[in-house]
Amino acid sequence: MQTVKMVVTGPFNAGKTAFIKTVSEIDVVSTERKITKESEKVKDTTTVAMDFGRITIDNDLVLYLFGTPGQRRFDFMWEILSEGMLGFIVMVDSCRPETFREARSILETFRAYAPTPYIVAANKQDRKEAWDLEDMRIALRLDSTVKLLPCVATDKESVKNILLELLYQILQEMENGAA
Amino acid sequence: MALKGNLRDFSLSQLLNLIHLAKKSGTLFLEDSRVKAWLSFREGKLAYGKYGDEDNSLAAILYNARKLNANQFRALKERGNSMNDKELGLLLVNAGYVSQQEVLASLQEYLTTLVHRLYSWVEGTFYFDSEKMPPQDRINLRIGLDNLIIEGTRRLKEVEQLQDEIPSLDIALKFREQPDTDVRNLRLSKEEWRVVSFINPKNSLKQIAQALKMNDIEIRRVAYGLVQAGVVEMVRPEMTTPRPIIPGIPNATRQEQVSLVKRIIQRIRSL
Ligand SMILES: Nc1nc2c(ncn2[C@@H]2O[C@H](COP(=O)(O)OP(=O)(O)O)[C@@H](O)[C@H]2O)c(=O)[nH]1
Ligand SMILES: [Mg+2]
Repeated sequence: MQTVKMVVTGPFNAGKTAFIKTVSEIDVVSTERKITKESEKVKDTTTVAMDFGRITIDNDLVLYLFGTPGQRRFDFMWEILSEGMLGFIVMVDSCRPETFREARSILETFRAYAPTPYIVAANKQDRKEAWDLEDMRIALRLDSTVKLLPCVATDKESVKNILLELLYQILQEMENGAA
Repeated sequence: MALKGNLRDFSLSQLLNLIHLAKKSGTLFLEDSRVKAWLSFREGKLAYGKYGDEDNSLAAILYNARKLNANQFRALKERGNSMNDKELGLLLVNAGYVSQQEVLASLQEYLTTLVHRLYSWVEGTFYFDSEKMPPQDRINLRIGLDNLIIEGTRRLKEVEQLQDEIPSLDIALKFREQPDTDVRNLRLSKEEWRVVSFINPKNSLKQIAQALKMNDIEIRRVAYGLVQAGVVEMVRPEMTTPRPIIPGIPNATRQEQVSLVKRIIQRIRSL
């Protein structure tokens, strides 16, 4: 049995858990991890919740979806995430411009760690306060080569579309022969 | 649809950057606990602005700019609303009280100062209404936002914001293919021009800072201003950009990887 992973990241409340829930065949498990770095002992112990979903592809292949907060200090998670990672999705709440800056810095961090294909999902596009995609592209400072797609994380077709677009991009990069 | 939020989280620079690059028309309403202000734009250029109850009539602006004396100002005010600003401007120019140049320069100075005052707001809400155009009966200007943005970054006091905007000095700058600004029209300091002269996708900000003996905050500030003004964009330095590694599927040939991804695509489609 082979396993591959995709990572869903983004600021708090962007819709990562909802996204994974929508397509996962198991209940999304949130794992709590305690950080016990010496340097952080003074402060309260920080916990990180990681969502975990699964899609069985066929008899010998499983796709895992990991939802992870984007904070820079949770570096240790990379050991868990980077191996076998196909690509990642950065979720952004289209209604909360105050999170755009964080989303951008998460994107930069992830790109630095894992130069794999990625896609940016402008989530909550069903809400009327949602920003237009063109405005978000500028505010998030994504150049025209970065895929930015509308998303409604609670809607299955929308989530499928995001996953497929990412997969097409992965396929394309493989076929371009970056091996 | 909506552009709405709090300035603490989405700053005036960021808003002006967006309006500038998307060439937006409409009115930006700003409000803090004490005062309301608004700025109107046409195709990404600042046309008009108002700050609280402040008298922003042409007569008042010219008076404050010492283009009209107190008697003239009083006389105009006593006439009341019989004439709008455009008509008044025309009258004053035709009567030789002021030149057209002076009218435009005074208005421009007023608007520029207004924007600088707004830059000092740390708190406050904003709302952009793309339906509300600059008022017809007032003289509308066409002030490019690039220089206003750069000036705003020069004054930025929240250094953490610079850190957030440019987390790493390992990035490089590159001139935008279709800049929204004519670089020759930029009003830059000597220091800023020196940075401009080093812009190249091969030079990281760290290297530029070293070459120019600038500290981290200084280089970030200049870089941020240029990015916000739409002159340059941030890129990974050319030499170090890793080619996208294809997904960590260990021990798989390219063909196996492709087939694996195709299987996943099939499956997702059928969900
Ligand atoms: N209207 C709407 N609400 C959403 C959408 N995605 C998530 N939400 C809601 O946004 C909130 C945060 O979502 P959650 O998945 O917990 O965010 P997380 O912190 O990134 O895991 C929840 O109340 C979700 O129900 C969406 O596409 N549209
Ligand atoms: Mg969650």
